[in-house]
Amino acid sequence: MSALTQVETESESSKGNGIIMNEMSASGATAAVAKRPLGLETRGLHAWFGSHHVLSDINLQFPERSVTGLIGPSGCGKSTFLRMLNRMHEFIPSAAMAGEVLMNGSDIYAPEVDAAAMRLKVGMVFQKPNPFPAMTIRENVLAGIKLANLKVSNHDGIVEDCLSRAGLWKEVKDRLDAFGGSLSGGQQQRLCIARSLAVEPTILLMDEPCSALDPGSTLRIEETIHELAEKITVVIVTHNMQQASRVSNYCAFFLSDGGPGVLVEADATRKMFTNPTDTRTADYVQGKFG
Amino acid sequence: MSTTGELAVDVIEAVPTQPWHKPRAAQRRDVLTYLALAVAAYAIVMVTGVAGPDGWALVFFVEILLLTVLRSRGIGRAKSTNAIVSTVIGAGAVVAFAPWMSIFVSLITKGFHGLYVGYLFNDMRVTTPDDELNMGGVGHALIGSMLMVLIATAITLPLGILSGVYLTEVRGRLTKVVRFVIQSMSGVPSIVAGLFIYTTVIALTGSFSGFAGALALSVLMLPTVARTAEEVLKLVPEDLRAASYALGARQWRSSLMVVLPTVRSGLTTAAILGVARVVGETAPLLLTSLSNNAFKFNPFDGPIASMPMYIFGLLQIGTEYSLNRAWSGSLVLMLIVLALFVTARRLGGKDKR
Repeated sequence: MSALTQVETESESSKGNGIIMNEMSASGATAAVAKRPLGLETRGLHAWFGSHHVLSDINLQFPERSVTGLIGPSGCGKSTFLRMLNRMHEFIPSAAMAGEVLMNGSDIYAPEVDAAAMRLKVGMVFQKPNPFPAMTIRENVLAGIKLANLKVSNHDGIVEDCLSRAGLWKEVKDRLDAFGGSLSGGQQQRLCIARSLAVEPTILLMDEPCSALDPGSTLRIEETIHELAEKITVVIVTHNMQQASRVSNYCAFFLSDGGPGVLVEADATRKMFTNPTDTRTADYVQGKFG
Repeated sequence: MSTTGELAVDVIEAVPTQPWHKPRAAQRRDVLTYLALAVAAYAIVMVTGVAGPDGWALVFFVEILLLTVLRSRGIGRAKSTNAIVSTVIGAGAVVAFAPWMSIFVSLITKGFHGLYVGYLFNDMRVTTPDDELNMGGVGHALIGSMLMVLIATAITLPLGILSGVYLTEVRGRLTKVVRFVIQSMSGVPSIVAGLFIYTTVIALTGSFSGFAGALALSVLMLPTVARTAEEVLKLVPEDLRAASYALGARQWRSSLMVVLPTVRSGLTTAAILGVARVVGETAPLLLTSLSNNAFKFNPFDGPIASMPMYIFGLLQIGTEYSLNRAWSGSLVLMLIVLALFVTARRLGGKDKR
């Protein structure tokens, strides 16, 4: 199934619905959505762990400067899919793959691609907050710059900018030299977001970033995601349907019925939650299973 | 609290107790019982043919076991089994602990009167082993040991940490080979390490030296440091590596800037355990650094004294004063090792921030 055509059908149907998500309603016309440049695209993507086939033939497109939510029950391969978008999949010894992941039109799995340089452009936030324990808050934010050996002046400016964008600046500005581990769970997760922003990625992958957080921190992070989507492409895995409907412009529903996970449907979030094409999507978003 | 007049509330002061522990009185009664049993055992040893401290310990153990069996009648099978097994295991613990205590006590009692302030700062250049105990000292051996251990640490610490990094971070094709080599190295008898350096370095340079001694110690120290480093690095959560790779870090920068700083204190522990492993080694030094009687600060300049060789030399002479000096040296050496282990534990416990 082609995601591009799905996007078009979606925006036609969305016209009738009145209020669409912020971005979509602003752009308005059908053509604008279809023409929005792609930040990322997968073509015929498969994944294996050893002989276990976990993802089959995923074709999905992520428009630039939008939030795409990946939803689906546990074990359907969402996280694996996410980790294939920045080549973290290959750190698992038995992992294998087929297909293409296109970033600005070129395959990130092509032999000449330098994976580390590519990951600089693709930030990632993990399910569990994982600030570097041996570094201070300030050092954590600058870790990406130091690790990739980037030459940057104005370190203080970057620290303030990234922490502000992650919604953490006000809380930590007086204790930037405290260790990252001294923060609360929600603060640590926002620190991790700030850390991934410091290297100025064009794509941000988030693997259930709020699953370990309280509602307040979750809300704060969702606001951050909205702000980020004005500049970069965000892909977020979530188990929380409300969160998916709040935060994403597009949604992709993954499902596995014992076999490898497949992409059931991908469309504008509004349509996915109100008038999905596939009955399985309807059942899932309404909480009938999963 | 409500103050509605009619309703009188009895305020009961809450006293913190630990009902899951034996009450104090019962504990005191137990101690007295054991004392009585000890005295009874002494009486039995005096009266009957059972002899010596070993006999006393055996009688004491049998008494306690009998008492436990008697007491455990009628309290249920599970409880009585628990009581009897506890007694037997407790006795086992005492047996295991006894040799350590015995060494500790004899070192202190026999080594103590050889100690005086100058003992740590004097050498044996003008003092013979049979001179009074208020002359001469262990200073030259301390310096020699320190020099050799420092050089050995400088050699093995980078190597050990690198092999730990190879085993846990790089995980290259040779992982199994490297791990096997490290494991078999830790089984090498220390005299073989000395022979190895003797046939290579000493045969080549034609002279004993502190540096050769340090090399022999390195052979023994490397597996300890490498294995401890590996264990410590294994504890680094996979999350942190993933996080640094996701930030676009290359592997060696990730290891150097994220993984190693995270376990800084654990690696310090690895170094200290390595030092403690070799500081008391005699056999390899016998064939490499030998010994001397005067302060020497140049590890390349012929034979040099060390703590174990100082003790070994004095023991061989075998006169009253030389033996006293050997005991004092052993006491100093043991205190150094003890201090090293305590430091290692302190630093190791600080890892969680």
